Amino acid sequence: MAKRIDVSGLHVYYGDFLAVEDVSMTIEPRSVTAFIGSSGCGKSTFLRTLNRMHEVTPGARVQGKVMLDDQDIYAPDVDPVAVRREIGMVFQRPNPFPTMSIYDNVIAGAKLNNKRLSKSEADDLVERSLRGANLWDEVKDRLGKPGAGLSGGQQQRLCIARAIAVEPAVLLMDEPCSALDPISTLAIEDLISKLKESYTIVIVTHNMQQAARVSDVTAFFNLAGTGKPGKLIEMGETNKIFTKPEKKETENYITGRFG
Amino acid sequence: MTTPTRQTSAGAPGGGATPSPTGGLLLSRSLPRFFEPALLLVLAAVVGGALFLTGLFNVPLLAVVTLLAYMVTITIASAVVENGRKAKDRLVTAVVYACFALAMVPLVSLLWTVIVNGLQRLDGYFLTVSMNGVTPSMDAGGVYHAIIGTLMITGLAAVISIPIGLMTAIYLVEYGRGRLKQAITFFVDVMTGIPSIVAGLFVVALWMMVFGPGKTNGAAGAIALSVLMIPVVVRSCEEMLRLVPNELREASYALGVPKWLTILKVVLPTAIAGITTGIMLALARVIGETAPLILTAGSSAVAINWNLFNGQMMSLPVFIYSQVRMGNAINYERAWAAALTLIVIVMLLFFVARLVSRFFAPKLGR
Ligand SMILES: Nc1ncnc2c1ncn2[C@@H]1O[C@H](COP(=O)(O)OP(=O)(O)OP(=O)(O)O)[C@@H](O)[C@H]1O
Ligand SMILES: [Mg+2]
Repeated sequence: MAKRIDVSGLHVYYGDFLAVEDVSMTIEPRSVTAFIGSSGCGKSTFLRTLNRMHEVTPGARVQGKVMLDDQDIYAPDVDPVAVRREIGMVFQRPNPFPTMSIYDNVIAGAKLNNKRLSKSEADDLVERSLRGANLWDEVKDRLGKPGAGLSGGQQQRLCIARAIAVEPAVLLMDEPCSALDPISTLAIEDLISKLKESYTIVIVTHNMQQAARVSDVTAFFNLAGTGKPGKLIEMGETNKIFTKPEKKETENYITGRFG
Repeated sequence: MTTPTRQTSAGAPGGGATPSPTGGLLLSRSLPRFFEPALLLVLAAVVGGALFLTGLFNVPLLAVVTLLAYMVTITIASAVVENGRKAKDRLVTAVVYACFALAMVPLVSLLWTVIVNGLQRLDGYFLTVSMNGVTPSMDAGGVYHAIIGTLMITGLAAVISIPIGLMTAIYLVEYGRGRLKQAITFFVDVMTGIPSIVAGLFVVALWMMVFGPGKTNGAAGAIALSVLMIPVVVRSCEEMLRLVPNELREASYALGVPKWLTILKVVLPTAIAGITTGIMLALARVIGETAPLILTAGSSAVAINWNLFNGQMMSLPVFIYSQVRMGNAINYERAWAAALTLIVIVMLLFFVARLVSRFFAPKLGR
């Protein structure tokens, strides 16, 4: 199930622009890793290279190595589509498919790939995934209704259900709570703590408390200066990063003093 | 004609007017709700009376003078009772409605003329017989062969143009990069500007080259219409595909869905309502084309021809054209009835398009 991610010497470019420079890190399975750092330092960019989503952006390319257990995901004969089946992603803004019902949204991974599911298998998968995303009780009576008719927080949990329905090994989340109210945020944080028992989870967040609450390991990214590439400054146990970080930069960021 | 008014909303006094003494800070005096329609009626009565007395009465003059008088009075009244901002609002509202009415005049008049003239001859008989064996002196004949021709020729044109146009649009939006994309966009733009008669000539020349002289048929007409239809389909489908948010594509990729399935099962269904409307507009544009069909499918067929690939084929626009050229009273009657038939067919098309887009539209319902 859960797999380890090993990144070494990763550079990310948008055309000629170096956005992220020389990142090496290990992301442990069955744990939550949080990425924090100022806006524009390349957290999303880096996150998207972990499942090759950056390839959707014209001109984006990487140098370096990303290993999923012992498979190099950038090896020449690796299909990015297969990588994304192993490494799922949840986006900042909830994006359920507007043409589909709640039910169909959950099994979208199978449906869109023309996989045949028997009715009972599909029912099972939908219930399991929705329960997994803490959404079952709220929507079980209206599974046939459009997914876009849910509240923002419910939509986001629907997107998480959709992502875990394809049973990935790793779940990447880019600011999954930034558009949500505190209650929905708590619901999703609870969910993350539950999901880490079976998945490797990486979460980008601007909310320090959230990083402190949900993550086991925290990675701090920063810009060397305007127009310079983003870098991984420090990575370690969340407790340690938030109490006695090794680098002055990290301490400044965490305590709210910049520069 | 009533205009929606916003007297109930309490706008802060603007336009330099001082707050009215009677209300609080957010309240301002306003004209009663019935003031606008009442003023319009009174003015119409006054102007009508005045025109009668001077013996100049006619409806267009009455409408124009009433409207101008209304604009002046409502602005002054509003400026006095209310404030400058509301006066401007009322004036502009009146102008907008007047423009709308002006734009509707030719449309309504056209529809009215076609319906009144067309109904004289439009009946079951007219719709179900052809002109085969009808001599100029006979009070007989109908438009069946032209309906068949129009449906078959436009149908074939649609079968050719929709796949090509839609796939070109998909290429441009989802795959196209660099030079090739620019070139295709440019040529599509150029094609949009081709005069329809040129498309007809092009096909005539093509047929001459391939099949020899005098071999044009319904299929030639369909090709000519395709030349006109493809760029319109490309353009409208392209716009609709661009409207599909990228987030949906990314959501699909993140589930491990390959690109072609994403396009087929996420992008197209999301855009389908707009795409159908676009295609229907393109069809409506070519279904009334006359010139290229005269050159290709011919203008002298009188009998029913079910074969697109052999012989001349009549179509409704060409039928109208050739009847009008004959110039007798009965010919005009037939032409009007055929025109009405054509309009009804186009309306049916739009009705179907509405149903289709209603059926497929993204479901946001709560
Ligand atoms: N599609 C793109 N094309 C070119 N440059 C990009 C693109 N996306 C991001 N960048 C640049 O890459 C750098 C990193 O952006 P990124 O979105 O990864 O930042 P971030 O850390 O996620 O910021 P935030 O916290 O605001 O989301 C920025 O300088 C940004 O301008
Ligand atoms: Mg970001």
